[in-house]
Amino acid sequence: MNAQVQVSAPILAVEHVAVHFGGLIAISDMSFEVREGELVSLIGPNGAGKTTAFNVITGFQKPTKGRVLFRGNALSGLKPHEVAGLGLVRTFQRTSVFDKISVFENVLIGLHRRTAPSLLGTLLGLPRERKAEEELREQAWEILRLVGIAHEADEPGGSLPYGDQRLLGVALALAAEPQALLLDEPVSGMNASETARFVELLNRLRAKGITILLVEHDMPMVMGISDRIVVLNYGRIIANGSPSMIQNDPDVIAAYLGGGVKHA
Amino acid sequence: MNRYFPLVALVFFAAVPLWLQDQYYLHTLVVAGIFMLAAMSLNLLLGYTGQLSLGHVAFFGIGAYVSALTSLGFDVTVFGRQISVEPWPPFLGLLLGMATAGLCGYLIGKLAFRVRGAYFVIVTISFAEVVRLVALNWVDLTNGPLALPGIPPLTLGFEWTGYVTLWGKAENYYVVLVFIALAYLLMKRLVQSPYGRAMIALRENETLAVSVGVSVTKYLVLAAVVSGAVAGLAGGLYAHYIQIIDPMIFMFLNTVTMVIIVITGGKGTLAGPVVGGLIFGLAPVFLRNYVGPEVQWILYGCLMILIVFILPQGIVPEIERWFNRAKPDRRNDAAGQEGSSVLALARSGRANH
Ligand SMILES: Nc1ncnc2c1ncn2[C@@H]1O[C@H](COP(=O)(O)OP(=O)(O)OP(=O)(O)O)[C@@H](O)[C@H]1O
Ligand SMILES: [Mg+2]
Repeated sequence: MNAQVQVSAPILAVEHVAVHFGGLIAISDMSFEVREGELVSLIGPNGAGKTTAFNVITGFQKPTKGRVLFRGNALSGLKPHEVAGLGLVRTFQRTSVFDKISVFENVLIGLHRRTAPSLLGTLLGLPRERKAEEELREQAWEILRLVGIAHEADEPGGSLPYGDQRLLGVALALAAEPQALLLDEPVSGMNASETARFVELLNRLRAKGITILLVEHDMPMVMGISDRIVVLNYGRIIANGSPSMIQNDPDVIAAYLGGGVKHA
Repeated sequence: MNRYFPLVALVFFAAVPLWLQDQYYLHTLVVAGIFMLAAMSLNLLLGYTGQLSLGHVAFFGIGAYVSALTSLGFDVTVFGRQISVEPWPPFLGLLLGMATAGLCGYLIGKLAFRVRGAYFVIVTISFAEVVRLVALNWVDLTNGPLALPGIPPLTLGFEWTGYVTLWGKAENYYVVLVFIALAYLLMKRLVQSPYGRAMIALRENETLAVSVGVSVTKYLVLAAVVSGAVAGLAGGLYAHYIQIIDPMIFMFLNTVTMVIIVITGGKGTLAGPVVGGLIFGLAPVFLRNYVGPEVQWILYGCLMILIVFILPQGIVPEIERWFNRAKPDRRNDAAGQEGSSVLALARSGRANH
C-alpha cells in the first residue's frame, strides 16, 4: 500500500535542535531527516514536543540551538511565510480555519502562493489578472473536490462539522502548494470512516509526490501508513525506524506504557 | 446587494445637480463626498486589514498642504539653502499630494507594522501630531496659524486645449463624484483580488495566513500606501475646493469623523463608507436649524453609539442580511443544487481512482 520509497536526498533535515521555554526543555537535542517522497510520522506521548518541533521547522518558533535544512538550505531566521514560500507548509493541531469566510474563499486564500498578479493590472482590471483569477477559482474547486468538501463551498469555514473543518485546514495547506506537508494530528476527532477516507487522501497526496511529516496519536493509522516513524519522548528522540521496528522497540513500549514497565 | 446598485447610485448622484441648485446643499454634498473619500481610504486599513489608524487625518492634511503649496508656489530656506518652487497646475499638485501621502503611508507602515495593534494606533496618532506641529511652526512654508489662503481651484485641460477653472459648486461636485467612483472601483478591484484576500486573511487569523505564505508586512504596508494616497487625494480636493487651509485641518476630530463614518456604515464593506459618509455628511443639513455645531457633535456621537449598539457590524452588512433573508429559498436551492452536483462530481472522481 505504501508508495515506494525512493532513496533520495533528504528534503528536510533537523539538526541538533533544542527548544527551551525558560526552565522547561521542550526539545533537548533532536536530529532526524525526511527524504523526498517519504511519509514519516513523528509520534510521542502528550507534551513530548511534537508540535514544538513543527513550530521550529516552519519558522513559528526560534530554536534555542540547532537548525533546520530544507533541500540543503538552512531555514534559520526565515519568517513563517517565507518558509511556506519555499514549499514547506504545515497544518495546526488546534483546528484553524478562517471561520467567518466561506470554505471556497478559505481555499482561495490558501492559493495565495500560486499567483503573483501585478498590482497595476489588478487595479486596472486587466484581462491577464482576470484570467489568473478564473484559473485560481478552478484550482480551488479542484482542491475542494480532492479533499471532499466541495459540497460545502459556500458555507462559512467555522460552520462546518468538526471533521470537515480539519479537512478544510488540510485543503488550505494543500492550496499553498507544499512540497513537504506537515500535518499536526489531522485525524484527531474524526470517526473511523472519516479517518479511512483521510488515509486515502494521504495516499493520493503521496502519489502527487508530496513528502509528508505526520504527527498523530492514532497508532493503527500511523503504523499502516508510515514509511518510517520517529518517536519523541520528553523532547528526545528515543527511536527512529520502520513501523515494525518501532512496534517492537522496548524503549518505545516503555514510553507508551509508562516508566514502570522498564523496571518490571 | 444587487451588483448594479453602485451604478444606479452613481447615476442618481450624477443627476443631483440637475435639480438641486441650492448652493448650500451642493456645498454640503461636496464636503460630504470629500470626507466619504477619506473614509473609504481609512476603511481599507481599518476594515480590511483590521488596523486602526487614529492619525488618518495626517494623510489628508499632507495631501492638502502639498497640493496647495505646489499650486501656489513657495520659497523656503532649508539648512541654509534656498528652495523656490514655481506654481504648478493644481492637478499636478493633487497628484503630488497623493504621492507624498502614499509615501508617508509607506514609512508609517514600515515603522509601525513590526508590532501591530495598539502600537500602530499610537504611532499613527503621534505621526498626525508631529505633522500638525510642523504645519503650525514652519511658518515660512505654511504660514503657520495664519493659514494658507488663495489656493487656486482645480483646472481641467492642457496647454493646447486651454484650461477650464472649476469655480462653481456643481463642477466641484462632479470632480469629487468622479474621484469617489474611481476610488470605489479601485478599492473593489483591490479587495476582491488576491491582494485584498491576503489583507482579510491577516485580519481574520494572522497565524493561519502566514502559514500559507501571506507576508504580513507586504500587505499591511501596501494597504497603508493605498490608504494614505487616497486620503491625500481627498485632502487635496478639499484644499482646492475650500481654497484656504490652516493647521486646524489636522485636528483629531477629523480623524474621528472618518472613523465614525466607517464604523457606522460598516467596516470592511465597500459601500459602508459611502453610506456612513452620506449620513454624517448630510446630518448637518437636517440639524442646523435646530442646534448649534457643538450640540451636533454630541448628537453624532450619540447616533454612532446607537447605531453600533443596534447594528454592531454597521448599516451595510445589516442591509445585506435583509436582502439575503428576503429571498432565502431561491438562494439555498441554488447553492444546494450546485453543491450536490459538485459532490456528485467529486464522488465520481473518487470512484475512478
Ligand atoms: N509557548 C510555550 N511556552 C512554554 N511552554 C511551552 C510552549 N509550547 C509548548 N510548551 C511546552 O513544551 C512541551 C512540549 O509541547 P508540545 O506542544 O510540543 O507537545 P506535543 O508533543 O505536541 O503534545 P500533544 O501530543 O499534547 O500535542 C510541553 O511541556 C508544553 O507545555
Ligand atoms: Mg501537539
